[in-house]
Amino acid sequence: MNDAYDIIVVGAGPAGSTAAYYAAQQGAKVLLLEKDREIGIPVRCGEAVGEKGIRQVVDLRPEWIANRIEAVRLIAPDGTIVKVQHEDIGFILDRKRFDYDLAMMAAQQGVKIVTKAYVCGLLRANGAVAGVEVLHLGHRYQIPAKIVIGADGVESRVGRWAGLKTQVRLRDMETCVQMVVSNVTLPRQYCDFYFSNQLAPGGYIWVFPKNDHLANVGLGISGEFAAHKPPLAYLKEFVAWRFPQAAILTMVAGGVPCAPLMEEVVTDGLMLIGDAAHQANPLTGGGIVLSMLASRMAGMVAAEAIRENNVSKQRLAAYAKQWEKTHGNSHRRSYRLKDAVYKLTDDDLNRTAAAIAKIPPEQHTIINIFKTALMQHPRLIPDIIKVFLGGN
Amino acid sequence: MKQINIKNDLCDFCGTCVAVCPVDAIELLEARLVIDYQTCTVCLNCVKVCPLRVLELTA
Repeated sequence: MNDAYDIIVVGAGPAGSTAAYYAAQQGAKVLLLEKDREIGIPVRCGEAVGEKGIRQVVDLRPEWIANRIEAVRLIAPDGTIVKVQHEDIGFILDRKRFDYDLAMMAAQQGVKIVTKAYVCGLLRANGAVAGVEVLHLGHRYQIPAKIVIGADGVESRVGRWAGLKTQVRLRDMETCVQMVVSNVTLPRQYCDFYFSNQLAPGGYIWVFPKNDHLANVGLGISGEFAAHKPPLAYLKEFVAWRFPQAAILTMVAGGVPCAPLMEEVVTDGLMLIGDAAHQANPLTGGGIVLSMLASRMAGMVAAEAIRENNVSKQRLAAYAKQWEKTHGNSHRRSYRLKDAVYKLTDDDLNRTAAAIAKIPPEQHTIINIFKTALMQHPRLIPDIIKVFLGGN
Repeated sequence: MKQINIKNDLCDFCGTCVAVCPVDAIELLEARLVIDYQTCTVCLNCVKVCPLRVLELTA
């Protein structure tokens, strides 16, 4: 712990482990710090990923996959089901094993990992970030590094300490509770999403089967609605109604930034990745694949910067520019779409679902569903046109 | 004086409150949440956003 490093990564979730892996692979000396006692726990996640996406970022191992999904079902307030055979069929992951193995893969590249290591401040030299201050097993350490990568999640403070604007507006914070429930009977090939202002205002409920009798059930609502009734109250009502026999094996709370991309994710000697950089899809809240894509870019750029002995904001901004180029437009489009979708009333949602139900199921593509939604809701036309015109 | 009280025994240590705090007054350790009352402006963002109603305003 008294050593000096090229790169210190704060937080050993999928983003942190991925950045550490690529930086070390490119020759950097990397330290990965995790504040909790065990990597991968608790799982604050619905655990669903698209197949195409996850295969872009990692060679999938069978033991990471709890279940394979064949279709998504969107459920309207009146119970109308719209089945979407998405071209990008997905998986329900076992995040505990996934996170654990990603950290192990980083370790195999030479990354040093320390758990129960709480980063409480940044070191500075000549105005640049130059390392971290850590509390570990009752001792305080100052560890120098040329670059600090903040992968410290929704609760990130690393960026704030370095002067970046990481605060999330209340309305852009999805406040969530999830349960792993057994004693349920489910068709295991479907991921279900319930949209309803009664059940989940400014958000949705998910039911993701892990096998025939076990599911990850959760809910996220916009922070602006949570003051009246907290997410836990909504989820308890839903589970009691939908799964009266359920045994609740795990209950975890969490937050997902469903926000515009941050203006700045790097500064001199510092980079942010994953939830700390608000990289989750603002419409779905999905962040595993996106954060790992960004972290690979960040890890590679960090290693190059070390080799060139230039860790200035300008040099590290190569990562931010790559992210903007590859994902800027789709992030903005998802954000606008989120705004449009969450303006729909329950009547709007019911009418839309009824209209879509008349389309033959094999034509249930995302585009057809939105075209139908457009015809049903002329007042949404300006929003939806903007969303599509803003496409990649 | 009005201040935010933390019911630490209810807290799941998820950090959602930390992200919405405009003045960086909340610190999350592995199993402890701490508010810096010198910095806190009692804006109530953390109280509103908490998934479990762990935070409350006390007179």
